[in-house]
Amino acid sequence: MALTEQQLTTSEDQYEYGFHDEEAPLFKSKRGLSAEVVTEISKMKNEPQWMLDFRLKALKYFEKRPMPQWGGGGMLNEIDFENIFYYIRPSDRPEQDWDDVPDYIKVTFDKLGIPEAEKKFLAGVGAQYESEVIYHNLQKDLEDKGVIFLDTDSALQQYPDLFREHFATIIPPNDNKFAALNSAVWSGGSFIYVPEGVHIDLPLQAYFRINAENAGQFERTLIIVDKGAYVHYVEGCTAPTYTTNSLHSAVVEIIVKEGGRCRYTTIQNWSKNVYNLVTKRAAAYKDATMEWVDGNLGSKLTMKYPAIYLMEPGAKGEILSVAFAGHGQHQDAGGKIVHVAPHTTSTITSKSISKEDGRSSYRGLLKVHPEAEYSKSNVRCDALLLHENSRTDTYPYIEIENDRVDIGHEATVSKVGEEQLFYLMSRGVSEADAYSMIVTGFIEPIAKELPMEYAVELNRLIQLEMEGSVG
Amino acid sequence: MTELTRVNTDREIATMEKTLVIRNLHVNVEDKEILKGLDLELEKGKTHAIMGPNGSGKSTLSYALAGHPSYEVTAGEVLFEGQDILEMGPDERAQAGIFLAFQYPMSIPGVSMANFLRSAVNSVRRARGEGDMRVPEFRKKLTERMAALKMDRSFMGRYLNEGFSGGEKKRAEILQMAMLEPKLAIMDETDSGLDIDALRVVSDGVNTLKGDDMTVLVITHYQRLLNYIKPDYVHVLMDGRIVTSGGPELALELESRGYDWVRAEFAVPA
Repeated sequence: MALTEQQLTTSEDQYEYGFHDEEAPLFKSKRGLSAEVVTEISKMKNEPQWMLDFRLKALKYFEKRPMPQWGGGGMLNEIDFENIFYYIRPSDRPEQDWDDVPDYIKVTFDKLGIPEAEKKFLAGVGAQYESEVIYHNLQKDLEDKGVIFLDTDSALQQYPDLFREHFATIIPPNDNKFAALNSAVWSGGSFIYVPEGVHIDLPLQAYFRINAENAGQFERTLIIVDKGAYVHYVEGCTAPTYTTNSLHSAVVEIIVKEGGRCRYTTIQNWSKNVYNLVTKRAAAYKDATMEWVDGNLGSKLTMKYPAIYLMEPGAKGEILSVAFAGHGQHQDAGGKIVHVAPHTTSTITSKSISKEDGRSSYRGLLKVHPEAEYSKSNVRCDALLLHENSRTDTYPYIEIENDRVDIGHEATVSKVGEEQLFYLMSRGVSEADAYSMIVTGFIEPIAKELPMEYAVELNRLIQLEMEGSVG
Repeated sequence: MTELTRVNTDREIATMEKTLVIRNLHVNVEDKEILKGLDLELEKGKTHAIMGPNGSGKSTLSYALAGHPSYEVTAGEVLFEGQDILEMGPDERAQAGIFLAFQYPMSIPGVSMANFLRSAVNSVRRARGEGDMRVPEFRKKLTERMAALKMDRSFMGRYLNEGFSGGEKKRAEILQMAMLEPKLAIMDETDSGLDIDALRVVSDGVNTLKGDDMTVLVITHYQRLLNYIKPDYVHVLMDGRIVTSGGPELALELESRGYDWVRAEFAVPA
């Protein structure tokens, strides 16, 4: 079977969203990180003194903490922190009205299909372009119900008390080196408050995108789901391809109060030069449910382990994680569940795919405190290897500190078999399509949990990845 | 070429149109020669049965015809509608109109029957320069074909062969055949693992499809299946070659007398 010209094209050349605009930002901070740059960011945003103090303290933590040597290992040492812009603002304030959004940004969003998506599916859109949310639209009925859906900077200005009460309570600035970095230079992200008893039926959705070369993106998201309330938040990421490495280091904090439920869905498709180092953590209180659905397709290195702390009886946590590591990629992903209270339940389901020399790791923590009796947990991680040189590793850390628990753990590694490929091809399906069919089937248990358009996008992205990998 | 000549004279089919012509086919599996100069011609629109004892090379023939990469053709030629297919991949052979109903179909977790069938049907159509089948047309055809095979609608949502019983798998193979409408259907031990009711349903399915446009090659150890799918010609495969051919009566003779007399008569090493 001869290779077509398309198949010979490398996947990097094919990166679908690898276009970029000429930059015309109003403000761009100097390269590199210092107390001066942090102060400048805070001043630009007219922040209260406590936030500036918080940022400066976090900067000290960042400088003090050593670079982690696990996970991505030596790859982290390649990040040149002095060569990164920590703040860029393309337009001077967040826009509510689509007509006011600058044209060159609209063009980029058109390529991503955001306006169409909004019409069909969205209850509200917050799309982060570079470091600032520039387009924000929330349907009127949500506003009437008291739902707050703002970019995080505006939320600090408009709801200072609610903001301060919850900000950094789940992920303190000294949690880890990259959480400290985010705490020092954070900008943008989403702030959501869902009042008691309010159910938001349609997913809230936001796209994030790095667009300036060497622009680190440090969004900070805070979601508060009040008693008995429900929200599904969907975050999608695509970024253009650049030759030098970019850094994305976000912090996402979620609080789910008694009887509430929150689902947070991400499919990240950062271009393959991005370091994606994200801290995500949620606290679920009495009878509350927290669900992370986390898909990692892009980036050079991703280190991301969404966490759930089950704080009070009846709390439930679920983590669904999909990782796809193609040529040159390392996906170090998984999840953490901490059972703090008795009668709490959790599941972690992880599916990873490694293609060519791609490397995927499942890294998970299941911790059950001595008080958390009668807790149940089930952890399942499956890995699929597409080629001989593909690699997968499993690091399941389990710390059980009492006997009255029900814990299940299962891990499988499988290879795409010649017999499966032959079977599909004997029905007229091409080798590339047969591969993508097997991969799509492998992640189906997670894809079916996604909103329809995301499942379609995920499958399409995988098909793109599979083209050019066959030969 | 002696067997070939004999087939032609015995059955007087020399002037008929051939769907498949196999000449002197040698096939190795893991460096061991299994097919040792096999000759066979399949007449268009007819049903041919290949019978043979265990280890004679029956499954090797079906895999080699479908293009399995582990089955290495070391000599010979295979002409499908006059075109040499040996350089073609399994997908291209399927697109050309060859279908193999597997003895042991693979399960593909997470891929629903409906999605798989649509991909397969459209892959074949695209290769022929036809557009994708429209969804309503596909649904209609699928519903009809499933009803004919007495398959419950719930099959559509199930994952391909995942958790299927033996009979369900065979039915699913025939359903794929019915949707792809091949010109040549090769049935590899389709009767194995089927109870009598399932055998009847599967056979009815094949009988509905066979005809002027579809040639059938039934590969089987036992005569039983041939009570339901009636062959026009029967060929005996032993030690990697077709050693004799005849009409349907040959199958009955094999059933009553076994294979030893063939071995003796045609001097096949045991």
